[in-house]
Amino acid sequence: MSSALDQVFVHLKGWLLSFIVGEPNWVVQIVSSLINIVALLAVFLTLFALISVLERKILARMQNRYGPNRVGPFGLFQPIADGIKMLIKEDIVPARADKVVHFLAPVILAAVAILTLGVIPYGRNMTPFRIDGGILFFFAVGSTTELAVFMAGWASNNKFSMLGAMRAIAQMFSYELPLIIAVLPVVMVVGSLMPDRIVAAQGEYTLGIVPRWFVFTPWGAATFLLFFVSGLVESNRTPFDVPEGESEIVAGHMTEYSGFKYATFFMAEYLGMFSVSGLAVTLFLGGWNAPAGVLEIIPSYVWFFLKLSALLFVYIWLRATLPRTRVDQMMNVAWKFMLPMAFTCIIAAAVWHYAGRGLRGWLWSLFVIVVVYAALSILLDTRRKFARRVYRFAE
Amino acid sequence: MNSIAFIVISVFTLAAALAAATLPNLMHAALCLVLALLGIASFFFLLGAEFVGLALIFIYIGAVAVLVVFTILLTARDLREHRGFRWSGGVIALAVFGGLSWAILKTQSLTIVPVHIRVLTVKRIGETLMTGYVWPLQCVGVLLTAALIGALVLVMEEKR
Repeated sequence: MSSALDQVFVHLKGWLLSFIVGEPNWVVQIVSSLINIVALLAVFLTLFALISVLERKILARMQNRYGPNRVGPFGLFQPIADGIKMLIKEDIVPARADKVVHFLAPVILAAVAILTLGVIPYGRNMTPFRIDGGILFFFAVGSTTELAVFMAGWASNNKFSMLGAMRAIAQMFSYELPLIIAVLPVVMVVGSLMPDRIVAAQGEYTLGIVPRWFVFTPWGAATFLLFFVSGLVESNRTPFDVPEGESEIVAGHMTEYSGFKYATFFMAEYLGMFSVSGLAVTLFLGGWNAPAGVLEIIPSYVWFFLKLSALLFVYIWLRATLPRTRVDQMMNVAWKFMLPMAFTCIIAAAVWHYAGRGLRGWLWSLFVIVVVYAALSILLDTRRKFARRVYRFAE
Repeated sequence: MNSIAFIVISVFTLAAALAAATLPNLMHAALCLVLALLGIASFFFLLGAEFVGLALIFIYIGAVAVLVVFTILLTARDLREHRGFRWSGGVIALAVFGGLSWAILKTQSLTIVPVHIRVLTVKRIGETLMTGYVWPLQCVGVLLTAALIGALVLVMEEKR
Protein backbone atom coordinates (compact mmCIF):
# COMPACT_ATOMS: atom_id res chain seq x y z
CA MET A 1 0.00 0.00 0.00
CA SER A 2 2.67 2.48 1.03
CA SER A 3 4.81 1.75 -2.01
CA ALA A 4 1.76 2.12 -4.29
CA LEU A 5 1.08 5.52 -2.76
CA ASP A 6 4.76 6.36 -3.03
CA GLN A 7 4.86 5.59 -6.73
CA VAL A 8 1.41 6.93 -7.62
CA PHE A 9 2.74 9.73 -9.84
CA VAL A 10 5.23 7.44 -11.54
CA HIS A 11 2.44 4.97 -12.29
CA LEU A 12 0.23 7.79 -13.51
CA LYS A 13 2.90 8.81 -15.97
CA GLY A 14 3.36 5.20 -17.08
CA TRP A 15 -0.40 4.94 -17.62
CA LEU A 16 -0.42 8.13 -19.69
CA LEU A 17 2.48 6.84 -21.76
CA SER A 18 0.70 3.51 -22.37
CA PHE A 19 -1.64 5.31 -24.80
CA ILE A 20 1.19 5.91 -27.26
CA VAL A 21 2.95 2.58 -26.90
CA GLY A 22 3.08 1.83 -30.63
CA GLU A 23 4.58 5.15 -31.67
CA PRO A 24 8.26 5.56 -32.63
CA ASN A 25 10.78 6.09 -29.88
CA TRP A 26 11.30 9.82 -30.29
CA VAL A 27 7.57 10.55 -30.00
CA VAL A 28 7.45 8.65 -26.70
CA GLN A 29 10.52 10.54 -25.52
CA ILE A 30 9.04 13.94 -26.36
CA VAL A 31 5.66 13.12 -24.78
CA SER A 32 7.40 11.81 -21.67
CA SER A 33 9.41 15.03 -21.36
CA LEU A 34 6.29 17.11 -21.91
CA ILE A 35 4.49 15.28 -19.09
CA ASN A 36 7.44 16.01 -16.81
CA ILE A 37 7.49 19.67 -17.80
CA VAL A 38 3.75 20.13 -17.30
CA ALA A 39 3.88 18.43 -13.90
CA LEU A 40 6.87 20.53 -12.83
CA LEU A 41 5.24 23.78 -13.91
CA ALA A 42 1.90 22.90 -12.35
CA VAL A 43 3.45 21.99 -9.00
CA PHE A 44 5.82 24.91 -8.74
CA LEU A 45 3.51 27.62 -10.02
CA THR A 46 0.92 26.45 -7.48
CA LEU A 47 3.60 26.45 -4.81
CA PHE A 48 4.62 29.95 -5.90
CA ALA A 49 1.04 31.21 -5.54
CA LEU A 50 0.71 29.51 -2.18
CA ILE A 51 4.04 30.75 -0.84
CA SER A 52 3.43 34.33 -1.99
CA VAL A 53 0.27 34.51 0.11
CA LEU A 54 1.72 32.47 3.00
CA GLU A 55 4.75 34.71 3.12
CA ARG A 56 2.54 37.76 3.52
CA LYS A 57 0.51 35.96 6.18
CA ILE A 58 3.57 34.85 8.14
CA LEU A 59 5.22 38.27 7.88
CA ALA A 60 1.98 39.82 9.09
CA ARG A 61 1.81 37.40 12.02
CA MET A 62 5.39 38.22 13.00
CA GLN A 63 4.69 41.94 12.75
CA ASN A 64 1.45 41.68 14.74
CA ARG A 65 -1.05 42.50 11.99
CA TYR A 66 -3.55 40.53 9.89
CA GLY A 67 -2.09 40.41 6.41
CA PRO A 68 -4.25 39.73 3.35
CA ASN A 69 -7.70 38.58 4.50
CA ARG A 70 -10.20 40.01 1.99
CA VAL A 71 -10.13 37.59 -0.95
CA GLY A 72 -11.51 34.13 -0.18
CA PRO A 73 -11.17 32.25 3.11
CA PHE A 74 -8.20 33.66 5.12
CA GLY A 75 -7.19 35.63 2.03
CA LEU A 76 -6.11 32.43 0.29
CA PHE A 77 -7.32 33.59 -3.14
CA GLN A 78 -5.11 36.66 -2.97
CA PRO A 79 -2.60 35.32 -5.55
CA ILE A 80 -5.41 34.89 -8.10
CA ALA A 81 -6.48 38.49 -7.60
CA ASP A 82 -2.85 39.60 -7.81
CA GLY A 83 -2.32 37.60 -10.99
CA ILE A 84 -5.37 39.13 -12.68
CA LYS A 85 -4.29 42.58 -11.58
CA MET A 86 -0.78 42.06 -12.98
CA LEU A 87 -2.14 40.70 -16.28
CA ILE A 88 -4.42 43.62 -17.02
CA LYS A 89 -1.91 46.29 -15.98
CA GLU A 90 -0.38 48.44 -18.68
CA ASP A 91 3.06 47.30 -19.77
CA ILE A 92 5.25 50.39 -19.84
CA VAL A 93 8.55 50.28 -21.70
CA PRO A 94 10.74 53.39 -21.47
CA ALA A 95 11.17 55.24 -24.77
CA ARG A 96 14.98 55.05 -24.62
CA ALA A 97 15.04 51.42 -23.50
CA ASP A 98 16.47 48.64 -25.61
CA LYS A 99 13.14 46.98 -26.45
CA VAL A 100 14.32 43.47 -27.33
CA VAL A 101 16.75 43.04 -24.45
CA HIS A 102 14.27 44.66 -22.08
CA PHE A 103 11.72 42.02 -23.08
CA LEU A 104 14.16 39.10 -23.04
CA ALA A 105 15.57 39.66 -19.55
CA PRO A 106 12.56 38.50 -17.47
CA VAL A 107 11.90 35.67 -19.91
CA ILE A 108 15.44 34.30 -19.58
CA LEU A 109 15.38 34.73 -15.82
CA ALA A 110 12.17 32.72 -15.45
CA ALA A 111 13.31 30.08 -17.95
CA VAL A 112 16.58 29.57 -16.08
CA ALA A 113 14.79 29.24 -12.75
CA ILE A 114 12.46 26.59 -14.19
CA LEU A 115 15.34 24.71 -15.85
CA THR A 116 17.26 24.46 -12.61
CA LEU A 117 14.21 22.95 -10.92
CA GLY A 118 14.35 20.07 -13.40
CA VAL A 119 17.33 18.16 -11.99
CA ILE A 120 16.13 17.87 -8.39
CA PRO A 121 14.78 14.47 -7.27
CA TYR A 122 11.36 15.11 -5.77
CA GLY A 123 10.70 11.55 -4.69
CA ARG A 124 11.64 7.94 -5.35
CA ASN A 125 12.01 7.68 -9.18
CA MET A 126 10.72 11.23 -9.48
CA THR A 127 13.50 13.23 -11.09
CA PRO A 128 12.10 15.17 -14.06
CA PHE A 129 15.45 15.37 -15.84
CA ARG A 130 17.95 12.63 -15.03
CA ILE A 131 21.41 13.59 -16.17
CA ASP A 132 24.82 12.34 -15.19
CA GLY A 133 26.14 15.77 -14.27
CA GLY A 134 22.97 17.07 -12.64
CA ILE A 135 24.71 19.27 -10.09
CA LEU A 136 26.89 20.77 -12.80
CA PHE A 137 23.78 21.37 -14.92
CA PHE A 138 22.18 23.20 -12.01
CA PHE A 139 25.08 25.60 -11.63
CA ALA A 140 25.86 25.96 -15.34
CA VAL A 141 22.29 26.98 -16.10
CA GLY A 142 21.98 28.94 -12.87
CA SER A 143 25.02 31.04 -13.68
CA THR A 144 23.10 32.51 -16.62
CA THR A 145 20.94 34.36 -14.09
CA GLU A 146 23.62 37.01 -13.72
CA LEU A 147 23.53 37.76 -17.41
CA ALA A 148 19.73 38.09 -17.37
CA VAL A 149 19.83 40.47 -14.40
CA PHE A 150 22.48 42.48 -16.16
CA MET A 151 20.40 42.59 -19.34
CA ALA A 152 17.45 43.91 -17.33
CA GLY A 153 19.55 46.62 -15.73
CA TRP A 154 21.28 47.68 -18.91
CA ALA A 155 18.29 47.61 -21.24
CA SER A 156 16.15 49.76 -18.97
CA ASN A 157 18.45 52.72 -19.62
CA ASN A 158 18.00 53.96 -16.09
CA LYS A 159 20.67 54.80 -13.56
CA PHE A 160 18.88 53.01 -10.73
CA SER A 161 18.48 49.91 -12.85
CA MET A 162 22.14 49.96 -13.79
CA LEU A 163 23.22 50.39 -10.18
CA GLY A 164 20.98 47.51 -9.16
CA ALA A 165 22.39 45.29 -11.89
CA MET A 166 25.97 46.14 -10.92
CA ARG A 167 25.23 45.32 -7.31
CA ALA A 168 23.48 42.12 -8.31
CA ILE A 169 26.40 40.90 -10.39
CA ALA A 170 28.97 41.81 -7.75
CA GLN A 171 27.05 39.98 -5.05
CA MET A 172 26.12 36.96 -7.16
CA PHE A 173 29.68 36.52 -8.37
CA SER A 174 31.08 36.76 -4.86
CA TYR A 175 28.62 34.29 -3.39
CA GLU A 176 28.61 31.86 -6.28
CA LEU A 177 32.08 30.79 -5.21
CA PRO A 178 31.21 29.67 -1.65
CA LEU A 179 27.94 28.23 -3.00
CA ILE A 180 29.70 25.96 -5.46
CA ILE A 181 32.62 25.10 -3.20
CA ALA A 182 30.11 24.16 -0.49
CA VAL A 183 28.73 21.52 -2.86
CA LEU A 184 32.14 19.95 -3.43
CA PRO A 185 32.45 18.08 -0.08
CA VAL A 186 29.16 16.29 -0.75
CA VAL A 187 30.16 15.46 -4.31
CA MET A 188 33.52 14.22 -3.03
CA VAL A 189 32.03 12.00 -0.35
CA VAL A 190 29.33 10.54 -2.61
CA GLY A 191 31.58 10.33 -5.65
CA SER A 192 28.92 11.41 -8.09
CA LEU A 193 27.47 14.58 -9.61
CA MET A 194 24.08 12.93 -9.96
CA PRO A 195 21.43 14.21 -7.50
CA ASP A 196 19.74 10.78 -7.32
CA ARG A 197 22.97 9.12 -6.17
CA ILE A 198 23.51 11.84 -3.58
CA VAL A 199 20.05 11.18 -2.16
CA ALA A 200 20.62 7.44 -2.25
CA ALA A 201 23.87 7.85 -0.31
CA GLN A 202 21.95 9.43 2.58
CA GLY A 203 19.34 6.71 2.70
CA GLU A 204 20.47 4.59 5.65
CA TYR A 205 20.42 4.98 9.41
CA THR A 206 23.28 4.93 11.88
CA LEU A 207 22.44 2.53 14.75
CA GLY A 208 18.99 2.28 13.18
CA ILE A 209 17.85 5.67 14.47
CA VAL A 210 19.89 8.62 13.24
CA PRO A 211 19.50 9.12 9.49
CA ARG A 212 22.73 9.44 7.53
CA TRP A 213 21.96 12.89 6.23
CA PHE A 214 25.08 14.92 5.63
CA VAL A 215 23.81 17.72 7.81
CA PHE A 216 24.47 15.51 10.85
CA THR A 217 28.22 15.43 10.25
CA PRO A 218 30.32 18.46 11.32
CA TRP A 219 31.50 19.22 7.80
CA GLY A 220 27.97 18.72 6.50
CA ALA A 221 26.47 21.09 9.04
CA ALA A 222 29.09 23.76 8.31
CA THR A 223 28.66 23.38 4.54
CA PHE A 224 24.90 23.44 4.89
CA LEU A 225 25.09 26.79 6.65
CA LEU A 226 27.46 28.19 4.03
CA PHE A 227 25.25 26.84 1.25
CA PHE A 228 22.09 28.19 2.81
CA VAL A 229 23.50 31.70 3.29
CA SER A 230 24.96 31.75 -0.22
CA GLY A 231 21.65 30.52 -1.58
CA LEU A 232 19.92 33.32 0.29
CA VAL A 233 22.21 35.79 -1.46
CA GLU A 234 21.80 34.17 -4.87
CA SER A 235 18.03 34.45 -4.65
CA ASN A 236 18.26 38.12 -3.54
CA ARG A 237 16.21 37.60 -0.42
CA THR A 238 15.86 40.12 2.34
CA PRO A 239 18.93 40.24 4.48
CA PHE A 240 20.80 40.38 1.17
CA ASP A 241 18.36 42.17 -1.12
CA VAL A 242 20.97 44.80 -1.88
CA PRO A 243 20.32 44.73 -5.67
CA GLU A 244 16.71 45.75 -5.12
CA GLY A 245 17.27 47.91 -2.06
CA GLU A 246 13.98 49.78 -2.34
CA SER A 247 15.03 52.39 0.20
CA GLU A 248 18.15 53.22 -1.80
CA ILE A 249 17.71 52.52 -5.50
CA VAL A 250 13.93 52.25 -6.05
CA ALA A 251 13.81 48.61 -7.16
CA GLY A 252 17.24 48.04 -8.69
CA HIS A 253 17.19 46.20 -11.99
CA MET A 254 13.39 45.95 -11.86
CA THR A 255 12.78 49.70 -11.64
CA GLU A 256 11.56 50.07 -15.23
CA TYR A 257 9.43 46.95 -15.29
CA SER A 258 5.71 46.98 -14.79
CA GLY A 259 2.71 44.73 -15.14
CA PHE A 260 3.32 41.15 -16.08
CA LYS A 261 7.04 41.57 -16.71
CA TYR A 262 7.44 42.63 -13.09
CA ALA A 263 5.36 39.63 -12.06
CA THR A 264 7.71 37.43 -14.09
CA PHE A 265 10.68 38.82 -12.18
CA PHE A 266 8.87 38.17 -8.95
CA MET A 267 8.07 34.62 -10.02
CA ALA A 268 11.63 33.98 -11.15
CA GLU A 269 12.91 35.12 -7.78
CA TYR A 270 10.61 32.68 -5.98
CA LEU A 271 11.36 29.82 -8.36
CA GLY A 272 15.06 30.48 -7.84
CA MET A 273 14.48 30.30 -4.11
CA PHE A 274 12.67 26.96 -4.54
CA SER A 275 15.45 25.50 -6.64
CA VAL A 276 18.25 26.54 -4.29
CA SER A 277 16.32 25.24 -1.27
CA GLY A 278 15.48 22.07 -3.18
CA LEU A 279 19.15 21.53 -3.89
CA ALA A 280 19.99 22.18 -0.24
CA VAL A 281 17.43 19.53 0.76
CA THR A 282 18.90 17.12 -1.79
CA LEU A 283 22.50 17.68 -0.81
CA PHE A 284 22.33 17.94 2.96
CA LEU A 285 18.90 17.06 4.33
CA GLY A 286 18.61 13.62 2.78
CA GLY A 287 16.41 14.56 -0.18
CA TRP A 288 13.20 12.55 -0.14
CA ASN A 289 14.38 10.15 2.57
CA ALA A 290 12.26 9.84 5.68
CA PRO A 291 13.90 10.89 8.97
CA ALA A 292 13.17 7.48 10.56
CA GLY A 293 12.56 3.98 9.30
CA VAL A 294 9.06 3.84 10.74
CA LEU A 295 8.04 7.00 8.91
CA GLU A 296 8.78 5.51 5.49
CA ILE A 297 5.05 4.75 5.23
CA ILE A 298 4.57 8.38 4.32
CA PRO A 299 5.38 8.85 0.61
CA SER A 300 8.82 10.17 -0.33
CA TYR A 301 7.60 13.29 -2.15
CA VAL A 302 5.72 14.36 0.99
CA TRP A 303 9.01 14.30 2.88
CA PHE A 304 10.74 16.30 0.18
CA PHE A 305 8.10 19.00 0.19
CA LEU A 306 7.97 19.06 4.00
CA LYS A 307 11.70 19.74 4.13
CA LEU A 308 11.39 22.29 1.35
CA SER A 309 8.62 24.10 3.22
CA ALA A 310 10.70 24.11 6.39
CA LEU A 311 13.55 25.82 4.53
CA LEU A 312 11.15 28.27 2.88
CA PHE A 313 9.75 29.10 6.31
CA VAL A 314 13.27 29.93 7.47
CA TYR A 315 13.64 32.23 4.44
CA ILE A 316 10.45 34.07 5.39
CA TRP A 317 11.42 34.14 9.04
CA LEU A 318 14.78 35.71 8.23
CA ARG A 319 13.04 38.27 6.04
CA ALA A 320 10.81 39.27 8.94
CA THR A 321 13.72 39.41 11.38
CA LEU A 322 16.80 40.88 9.77
CA PRO A 323 17.53 44.32 8.30
CA ARG A 324 19.34 44.69 5.01
CA THR A 325 23.13 44.29 5.08
CA ARG A 326 25.47 46.88 3.65
CA VAL A 327 27.16 46.07 0.34
CA ASP A 328 30.74 46.21 1.63
CA GLN A 329 29.91 44.09 4.69
CA MET A 330 28.42 41.43 2.44
CA MET A 331 31.48 41.35 0.20
CA ASN A 332 33.79 41.15 3.21
CA VAL A 333 31.93 38.17 4.59
CA ALA A 334 31.94 36.41 1.24
CA TRP A 335 35.63 36.73 0.47
CA LYS A 336 37.22 36.81 3.90
CA PHE A 337 35.09 34.37 5.83
CA MET A 338 32.84 32.18 3.68
CA LEU A 339 35.41 31.27 1.07
CA PRO A 340 38.12 30.09 3.53
CA MET A 341 35.46 28.22 5.50
CA ALA A 342 34.23 26.52 2.34
CA PHE A 343 37.77 25.35 1.59
CA THR A 344 38.08 24.14 5.18
CA CYS A 345 34.92 22.09 4.74
CA ILE A 346 36.51 20.27 1.81
CA ILE A 347 39.46 19.35 4.03
CA ALA A 348 37.14 18.41 6.91
CA ALA A 349 35.16 16.12 4.60
CA ALA A 350 38.38 14.46 3.46
CA VAL A 351 39.44 14.00 7.10
CA TRP A 352 36.04 12.50 7.89
CA HIS A 353 36.37 10.10 4.99
CA TYR A 354 39.90 8.94 5.81
CA ALA A 355 39.23 8.62 9.54
CA GLY A 356 36.69 5.94 8.77
CA ARG A 357 33.40 7.83 8.47
CA GLY A 358 32.58 6.90 12.06
CA LEU A 359 32.75 8.63 15.42
CA ARG A 360 36.51 9.19 15.06
CA GLY A 361 36.03 10.95 11.72
CA TRP A 362 33.17 12.93 13.18
CA LEU A 363 35.36 14.28 16.01
CA TRP A 364 38.39 14.92 13.78
CA SER A 365 36.43 16.88 11.22
CA LEU A 366 34.76 18.88 14.00
CA PHE A 367 38.24 19.62 15.32
CA VAL A 368 39.45 20.88 11.91
CA ILE A 369 36.44 23.15 11.48
CA VAL A 370 36.64 24.59 14.99
CA VAL A 371 40.38 25.30 14.69
CA VAL A 372 39.99 27.10 11.37
CA TYR A 373 36.94 28.99 12.59
CA ALA A 374 38.82 30.19 15.68
CA ALA A 375 41.90 31.12 13.64
CA LEU A 376 39.77 33.04 11.14
CA SER A 377 37.95 34.99 13.80
CA ILE A 378 41.24 35.96 15.44
CA LEU A 379 42.73 36.87 12.04
CA LEU A 380 39.77 38.95 10.93
CA ASP A 381 39.51 40.57 14.37
CA THR A 382 35.79 41.13 14.43
CA ARG A 383 35.96 43.61 17.29
CA ARG A 384 37.82 46.16 15.22
CA LYS A 385 35.02 46.16 12.66
CA PHE A 386 32.63 47.77 15.10
CA ALA A 387 34.80 50.87 15.55
CA ARG A 388 33.67 54.25 14.28
CA ARG A 389 32.60 54.02 10.68
CA VAL A 390 35.09 55.51 8.24
CA TYR A 391 33.75 57.18 5.13
CA ARG A 392 36.02 57.16 2.15
CA PHE A 393 33.97 58.91 -0.47
CA ALA A 394 31.59 60.98 1.60
CA GLU A 395 32.30 63.01 4.68
CA MET B 1 17.97 13.18 -36.86
CA ASN B 2 21.52 14.09 -35.88
CA SER B 3 22.47 15.60 -39.22
CA ILE B 4 19.41 17.86 -39.20
CA ALA B 5 20.28 18.97 -35.68
CA PHE B 6 23.87 19.53 -36.80
CA ILE B 7 22.78 21.78 -39.68
CA VAL B 8 20.35 23.75 -37.51
CA ILE B 9 22.93 24.29 -34.78
CA SER B 10 25.63 25.22 -37.31
CA VAL B 11 23.43 27.84 -38.97
CA PHE B 12 22.41 29.20 -35.58
CA THR B 13 25.99 29.35 -34.29
CA LEU B 14 27.39 30.94 -37.44
CA ALA B 15 24.60 33.51 -37.60
CA ALA B 16 25.13 34.43 -33.96
CA ALA B 17 28.89 34.67 -34.46
CA LEU B 18 28.42 36.86 -37.53
CA ALA B 19 26.06 39.09 -35.60
CA ALA B 20 28.57 39.28 -32.76
CA ALA B 21 31.24 40.45 -35.20
CA THR B 22 29.14 42.99 -37.11
CA LEU B 23 26.52 44.52 -34.81
CA PRO B 24 27.20 48.23 -34.16
CA ASN B 25 26.00 48.10 -30.55
CA LEU B 26 28.73 46.50 -28.48
CA MET B 27 26.32 45.16 -25.88
CA HIS B 28 24.22 43.46 -28.53
CA ALA B 29 27.38 41.99 -30.00
CA ALA B 30 28.36 40.59 -26.60
CA LEU B 31 24.92 39.03 -26.14
CA CYS B 32 25.14 37.48 -29.61
CA LEU B 33 28.51 36.06 -28.61
CA VAL B 34 26.69 34.36 -25.74
CA LEU B 35 24.28 32.84 -28.28
CA ALA B 36 27.19 31.60 -30.38
CA LEU B 37 28.76 30.00 -27.31
CA LEU B 38 25.44 28.37 -26.53
CA GLY B 39 25.48 26.93 -30.07
CA ILE B 40 28.95 25.49 -29.53
CA ALA B 41 27.82 23.99 -26.22
CA SER B 42 24.92 22.30 -28.00
CA PHE B 43 27.42 20.70 -30.41
CA PHE B 44 28.98 19.03 -27.40
CA PHE B 45 25.56 17.87 -26.21
CA LEU B 46 24.92 16.46 -29.67
CA LEU B 47 28.17 14.51 -29.43
CA GLY B 48 27.20 13.09 -26.04
CA ALA B 49 29.87 15.08 -24.19
CA GLU B 50 27.49 16.69 -21.76
CA PHE B 51 30.18 17.44 -19.20
CA VAL B 52 32.21 19.50 -21.67
CA GLY B 53 29.09 21.29 -22.88
CA LEU B 54 27.99 22.14 -19.36
CA ALA B 55 31.47 23.27 -18.42
CA LEU B 56 31.49 25.49 -21.50
CA ILE B 57 28.19 27.09 -20.51
CA PHE B 58 29.35 27.42 -16.93
CA ILE B 59 32.68 29.03 -17.70
CA TYR B 60 32.07 30.97 -20.89
CA ILE B 61 28.48 32.13 -20.42
CA GLY B 62 28.38 32.24 -16.63
CA ALA B 63 31.73 33.90 -16.10
CA VAL B 64 33.53 35.11 -19.22
CA ALA B 65 30.47 36.61 -20.92
CA VAL B 66 29.51 38.48 -17.77
CA LEU B 67 33.07 39.74 -17.53
CA VAL B 68 32.98 40.88 -21.18
CA VAL B 69 29.67 42.66 -20.68
CA PHE B 70 30.95 44.28 -17.51
CA THR B 71 34.12 45.44 -19.22
CA ILE B 72 32.13 46.98 -22.07
CA LEU B 73 30.01 48.80 -19.55
CA LEU B 74 32.96 50.17 -17.57
CA THR B 75 34.77 51.35 -20.69
CA ALA B 76 31.65 52.63 -22.44
CA ARG B 77 32.57 53.99 -25.85
CA ASP B 78 30.27 54.25 -28.78
CA LEU B 79 32.22 52.75 -31.63
CA ARG B 80 29.82 53.93 -34.27
CA GLU B 81 32.05 56.84 -35.35
CA HIS B 82 35.21 55.07 -36.46
CA ARG B 83 34.09 51.87 -38.02
CA GLY B 84 36.31 51.77 -41.08
CA PHE B 85 37.81 48.55 -42.38
CA ARG B 86 41.15 47.87 -40.78
CA TRP B 87 43.67 45.91 -42.82
CA SER B 88 45.60 44.87 -39.74
CA GLY B 89 42.49 43.23 -38.32
CA GLY B 90 41.94 41.35 -41.56
CA VAL B 91 45.53 40.12 -41.59
CA ILE B 92 45.27 38.92 -37.99
CA ALA B 93 41.99 37.15 -38.74
CA LEU B 94 43.51 35.44 -41.75
CA ALA B 95 46.58 34.43 -39.74
CA VAL B 96 44.43 32.94 -36.97
CA PHE B 97 42.27 31.13 -39.50
CA GLY B 98 45.33 29.80 -41.32
CA GLY B 99 47.00 28.70 -38.10
CA LEU B 100 43.91 26.92 -36.88
CA SER B 101 43.32 25.18 -40.22
CA TRP B 102 46.95 24.08 -40.31
CA ALA B 103 46.70 22.71 -36.75
CA ILE B 104 43.44 20.90 -37.49
CA LEU B 105 44.70 19.38 -40.74
CA LYS B 106 47.90 18.28 -39.06
CA THR B 107 46.06 16.52 -36.23
CA GLN B 108 46.18 12.76 -36.60
CA SER B 109 42.84 11.99 -35.02
CA LEU B 110 40.97 13.73 -37.84
CA THR B 111 41.55 10.74 -40.07
CA ILE B 112 40.08 8.33 -37.56
CA VAL B 113 36.30 8.41 -37.86
CA PRO B 114 34.63 7.20 -34.65
CA VAL B 115 32.41 4.20 -35.24
CA HIS B 116 29.93 5.05 -32.52
CA ILE B 117 29.66 7.82 -29.98
CA ARG B 118 30.27 6.61 -26.45
CA VAL B 119 28.61 8.73 -23.83
CA LEU B 120 31.33 10.57 -21.97
CA THR B 121 30.35 10.16 -18.34
CA VAL B 122 31.64 12.36 -15.57
CA LYS B 123 33.13 9.29 -13.92
CA ARG B 124 35.28 8.50 -16.97
CA ILE B 125 36.48 12.09 -17.18
CA GLY B 126 37.34 12.00 -13.49
CA GLU B 127 39.25 8.74 -13.84
CA THR B 128 41.21 10.03 -16.82
CA LEU B 129 42.04 13.26 -15.05
CA MET B 130 43.19 11.53 -11.88
CA THR B 131 45.34 8.92 -13.61
CA GLY B 132 46.85 9.98 -16.93
CA TYR B 133 46.58 13.74 -16.56
CA VAL B 134 47.18 14.12 -12.87
CA TRP B 135 50.23 16.41 -13.25
CA PRO B 136 48.65 18.93 -15.62
CA LEU B 137 45.55 18.86 -13.40
CA GLN B 138 47.59 19.57 -10.28
CA CYS B 139 49.51 22.38 -12.00
CA VAL B 140 46.29 24.05 -13.19
CA GLY B 141 44.80 23.59 -9.74
CA VAL B 142 47.79 25.24 -8.04
CA LEU B 143 47.76 28.07 -10.58
CA LEU B 144 44.05 28.77 -10.12
CA THR B 145 44.25 28.57 -6.33
CA ALA B 146 47.19 30.97 -6.40
CA ALA B 147 45.17 33.36 -8.56
CA LEU B 148 42.24 33.13 -6.17
CA ILE B 149 44.38 33.71 -3.07
CA GLY B 150 46.14 36.56 -4.90
CA ALA B 151 42.79 38.19 -5.54
CA LEU B 152 41.91 37.76 -1.87
CA VAL B 153 45.19 39.32 -0.79
CA LEU B 154 44.52 42.29 -3.08
CA VAL B 155 41.15 42.73 -1.41
CA MET B 156 42.52 42.32 2.10
CA GLU B 157 45.24 44.97 1.82
CA GLU B 158 42.84 47.83 1.53
CA LYS B 159 44.65 51.13 1.84
CA ARG B 160 43.14 53.47 4.35
